Amino acid sequence: MISRRHIRQALPFLSLAVVLLATFYVQPRTMSYFGLNLMLQYAVPIALATIAQMFVITVNDLDLSMGPFVGLVGCISATLLLEQPVAGVLVLLLLIAAYGAIGALIHVRNLPSIVVTLGLSFVWLGIAVLILPSPGGKAPVWLKAIMGVQLPVVPFPIVAAIAIAVAVHLALMLSSYGVIARGAGGNAKALSRAGWSMLRTKVTMYAFAGFFGVLSGLSLLGLTTSADAHVADRYTLFSIAGVILGGGEFIGGRVSPFGAVIGALTLALAGSFLIFLKISPDWQIGAQGAILIIVLALRAAVTKGEAWK
Amino acid sequence: MIKLDGVEKAFGAVQALDGVDLSIAAGECVGLVGHNGAGKSTLMHVLAGTLAPSAGELSLGVVKPGAAWNAAMARIMGIRCVFQELSLCPNLTVAENARVTHRSLKGWGWKAKSSALILQKLDEIFPGHGISVDDEVADLAIGKRQMVEIARAFTVTDLPLRLVILDEPTSSLDAVTAAQILAYVKTETAKGTSVILVSHLLGEVLSTSHRIVVMRDGKTVADRAAGNFTRNSLVTAMGSEARHMAAREASAPRKAEVAIKVNPKAGSSREFIANRGEVVGLAGLAGHGQTQMLLHLYGTHQAQMAFIAGDRQSDGIFNLWSIGRNISIRSLKGLRRRGLVNLAAEAQLENSWKARMAIRTDNVDNNILTLSGGNQQKALFARALSSDARIILMDDPMRGVDVGTKQEVYAMIREQAAAGRTFIWYTTEHDELAYCDRAYVFRNGSISAELNSNELTEEKVLQASFAEKTA
Repeated sequence: MISRRHIRQALPFLSLAVVLLATFYVQPRTMSYFGLNLMLQYAVPIALATIAQMFVITVNDLDLSMGPFVGLVGCISATLLLEQPVAGVLVLLLLIAAYGAIGALIHVRNLPSIVVTLGLSFVWLGIAVLILPSPGGKAPVWLKAIMGVQLPVVPFPIVAAIAIAVAVHLALMLSSYGVIARGAGGNAKALSRAGWSMLRTKVTMYAFAGFFGVLSGLSLLGLTTSADAHVADRYTLFSIAGVILGGGEFIGGRVSPFGAVIGALTLALAGSFLIFLKISPDWQIGAQGAILIIVLALRAAVTKGEAWK
Repeated sequence: MIKLDGVEKAFGAVQALDGVDLSIAAGECVGLVGHNGAGKSTLMHVLAGTLAPSAGELSLGVVKPGAAWNAAMARIMGIRCVFQELSLCPNLTVAENARVTHRSLKGWGWKAKSSALILQKLDEIFPGHGISVDDEVADLAIGKRQMVEIARAFTVTDLPLRLVILDEPTSSLDAVTAAQILAYVKTETAKGTSVILVSHLLGEVLSTSHRIVVMRDGKTVADRAAGNFTRNSLVTAMGSEARHMAAREASAPRKAEVAIKVNPKAGSSREFIANRGEVVGLAGLAGHGQTQMLLHLYGTHQAQMAFIAGDRQSDGIFNLWSIGRNISIRSLKGLRRRGLVNLAAEAQLENSWKARMAIRTDNVDNNILTLSGGNQQKALFARALSSDARIILMDDPMRGVDVGTKQEVYAMIREQAAAGRTFIWYTTEHDELAYCDRAYVFRNGSISAELNSNELTEEKVLQASFAEKTA
């Protein structure tokens, strides 16, 4: 039986299919290994940032510092990680720990995550500008090699996206601890009554967010080959939009790793699609917003029908 | 086996538990009854470790955990609860919810184990339940959620099961499933598990429990074998000692002029009528449809009504506004001059009502939060009474208001009613019904009785609140 829940879950896939078909229609030459590779390569860092954001949204918070954080990771990797790999790795680990600490702070002091992370976005940006006042630095060779891998038959970005989704799906949707993490978003009181530590859950989820944020910064640097503090400023909104496009909800612990990755792919594709339509870059953000609103309106319609039933 | 000695719990100035002694033997089903606010839920939270008592001691056999008692420890000692507010995660499936309370369900194959565990228990307690373990809880009807919650409380993995607290377990169940759970309680207690059954349905408490404990005003007032109670003796034990109500002079009979009328709902034969100049009480246990009735009334005749909220913080005051603004908001329409608010008239209204209600402030321009709770409530009364509304709806407005303020407001209500205003007053405090001309007692969302002022005794109200279909 096809319930509305299934329709809701299928919506991200349908949106991706529509955008993909529209792109193929406008520019048939993209329907090739090379075309897909080129169009989707930036989907990898966006997908990773979206997954990072999803971990925060799972526990009913929102991370407004994701973009600058990804930019900061890029700046560190293009300088410190390149020159002193050991110190570079340590600093990146420190950043992940910092994310965990932020989770603890937000939970213990009961602060609104939006305010805390909005403030942090300036901190991350500031450090990044201090490290790299003007665009520059260089991506480590191995990073460029990973991001430039040419796989047979299926383009690398698609394989990477599927691998990310599968890994996170296993961790968050199928593992027994993932249940606790999502339950914390659904009914935190019930979780603490059952003897689970909310603090630990939040710290874990924020640390995962930091981890995937670092991966996003690294993969982006592997593509751009040089760093810029501002390169990922749009990622904050991309990551949130990706989660929501993918069927996630802001509160209630309802998330979907496959959906989030699909959402990120849709956003990346929508960018290419709008370029093929020769829409000026000035209008692109607006056009992407319009796509987002259409998908959300569809979902709201489906959900409303559900409640009505 | 499990013993509470002199447990006390205070929330601010409110003494919710005032020295409760309770002991539960293995394999015993203890029924716990009492009026709203008698302290039953607080006591259960203390037992479950989710609230720390302010004084008193809890012991399990020879173990005296003292201050170390918390929810995690209660779980380890085998105490499970089914609380009124459901504690399932709506975004998780039935099987995943079972995992939440069982730490040992992990590693490879946890889902299969969890599914089998909860399904087996559901089948055992509620044969023919029709619930799939892969259903998301949010997609289940409220009754099925409650079934899952109950079944989950009885599942056993690595930790022992000693005591299950069922707080109103049948409130959302139909008669068949309610009978199933009550029958299962008997099977389970025969196996040595203890059960505490908290319920307003006296019939099920009498038929299921071995022993019944009655609570009143934060104390246990009766504790006897279930066979020594009848429905009437339970109701009597629950009611406060017969307080002598100040007999109010019967107001001179007025020519009844119907102010508002609501036709009976399906399944109920009583219509709701409020006459002009009358104070009509809505009584009964909390949450049995009184607030819904007020909202329904408000929805039909919004223009001529004013609503006084009981939950000040969430739907009463405007936190950031001054006292005066909070008072005048309902009257702004009448204070308009050429489309703008007439500030002089507004200030005059604010100050005159500050004086009439004796709101303790030197300046109505102070922020509303500078007032004490009782005075904030007076400002809400001033908002409603200063308006042109002919009918005033009150949603248990005296919650947390001190006695002095109450007396002032009661007097004001009578005065205004005499002047022809109609008051519809939902109250959970029995004493307040003395100020009503008539009261409707609510049960399960509809009116179960209509009582005139001379019939408004606590016993009659309780009887009507508990009027269940004779099983």
